[in-house]
Amino acid sequence: MKLTIEEIEHLARLANLGLAAQEKELYREQISSVLEYVAKLGEVDTSGVEPTAQVTGLVNVSREDVVHGSDPGTRDLLLNNMPERNGDLLKVPAVL
Amino acid sequence: MNNTPMTIIDAHEGLLQKRFSSRELVQGCLDRIAQANGKIHAFLEVFEDDALAMANAADRSIARGEELPLLAGIPIAMKDNVLIQGKKASAASKILEPYSASYDAFVTTKLRQAGAVFIGRTNMDEFAMGSSTENSAYGPTRNPWNTEKVPGGSSGGSAAAVASEMALAALGSDTGGSVRQPAALCGIVGLKPTYGRVSRSGLMAMASSFDQIGPLATTVADAKILFDAIAGKDEKDATTMEPPTSFSPLHRRGESKRGDPLSGLRIGVPKEYFIAGMDPGVEQAVRSAIDVFRKLGATITDVSLPHTDYGLAVYYVAQPAEVSANLARYDGIRYGARQAGKKLQDVYVESRGKGIGPEARRRIMLGTYVLSSGYYDAYYRKALQMRTLVRHDFDRVFESVDILLTPTSPSVAWNIGEKFSDPLTMYLSDIFTVSANVAGVPGISVPCGFSDGLPVGLQLMARSFGEETLFAAAGEYEKATEWHTKHPPHSP
Repeated sequence: MKLTIEEIEHLARLANLGLAAQEKELYREQISSVLEYVAKLGEVDTSGVEPTAQVTGLVNVSREDVVHGSDPGTRDLLLNNMPERNGDLLKVPAVL
Repeated sequence: MNNTPMTIIDAHEGLLQKRFSSRELVQGCLDRIAQANGKIHAFLEVFEDDALAMANAADRSIARGEELPLLAGIPIAMKDNVLIQGKKASAASKILEPYSASYDAFVTTKLRQAGAVFIGRTNMDEFAMGSSTENSAYGPTRNPWNTEKVPGGSSGGSAAAVASEMALAALGSDTGGSVRQPAALCGIVGLKPTYGRVSRSGLMAMASSFDQIGPLATTVADAKILFDAIAGKDEKDATTMEPPTSFSPLHRRGESKRGDPLSGLRIGVPKEYFIAGMDPGVEQAVRSAIDVFRKLGATITDVSLPHTDYGLAVYYVAQPAEVSANLARYDGIRYGARQAGKKLQDVYVESRGKGIGPEARRRIMLGTYVLSSGYYDAYYRKALQMRTLVRHDFDRVFESVDILLTPTSPSVAWNIGEKFSDPLTMYLSDIFTVSANVAGVPGISVPCGFSDGLPVGLQLMARSFGEETLFAAAGEYEKATEWHTKHPPHSP
């Protein structure tokens, strides 16, 4: 299952990942070889088998929809992580 | 800390008897780090001042004659993907180089409550993706037993720190083997708990249905102490649960003969785990261990887990799929390293392209592919169906045996750089560990010998919530052998 360069570029676009030109061929090889390996899953008949999304068997674990807020220390640490800020506002390039 | 590595239990007794202080204990680790970390590179950052402050707090508590929890004053190393409030945490990635944690992980809070001392954050494969710690954006960690070799991964820094006595124990994370495999390659104990036993709140998510935080330590008893301290239901992690009340921990059937510590214990050896291509030295050490278990009174049976061969394929479809979702948040917008861009799209693409390393990008793309329209059913849905079959294999086999015994890794530590260029070869080194994550069952690796001077690890697996059975079996094996007393020479 050999992917094409175009398919690699498409995946990179979907995932918002910058890829340098010289990396594309290497990823094409490596990802294709992994896909070849995992294709063995097709050997087993799984008709009628339920997929397992998670192994705990837990369902509908919920809590009350109540706002607790955070302490000022936590809030400051959070805001200090912003790469560019204007007061308490996060600065980003124009969205529209 | 010269001959046998000091254990948490030894240290606790020493503190109680006032033979030494927590400050001296912590300073001993700091001295050891100053001596060896330059070469071994287990730590990305050492919390020198804070560690001594935490040690002083423990010493004041001791002086006041307060009741001392087992972990009070004990230096613990924390993997770089576990949040400690106010401390940098980067998952060994460049995209999180400027990031500081705004809150404590659940396990961090639990260890704080127990009085533990955080000595530093340890190196790892970036975003926990890798089996050698060579994928760290900050340089590899070296195996303390032979510094030309890898320590394993992704918790290689934690394993190396414990093996070289830079900390008395450590926390790591295990998604496909990342606690057990480095423990095996570094000659120490590593536990992956039952999925759901330890909260993932404050652990940077890699693959959410596989991730578990687990302890690395020099003895089984120490690993249990850490596990007991961090396990528990957490309202911030909806996948956590306490063991069901109907479950009886020391699950043994059969008659107990007096004098045989493990009589009544039924051990299954799955034939699919003894494959061609495994290091003969590894196989030999594990088979010798089986003899020890036999002498301890356990019954050994050959069993089969027919879908073992597919476990790795399930893992390398479902895990990258979850990775692609979990790493979407690293976009340079709210936190982390942001690359400038004229348009918003450019910020995403440049920040992620420059800040996320090759292995993580590889897995993001793989995950994107298997989840994409047209391929979702053939790959992702298929993998989840196979996951059910793998899980059933384990459910079935645990009806007739109590624990499974396998090698942890098909080989001992390899040379840095040797497997790096072929990802698939690297993935194959997880072949014995992934099934436990796929099925959600607990697994522990304990040292069981050496091959070519390098440690060999033995893996025991139990049914979900069977940690106590693992500790009992592994503990008796440890008592009957001396592997846990070995440690690498002090000058790397």
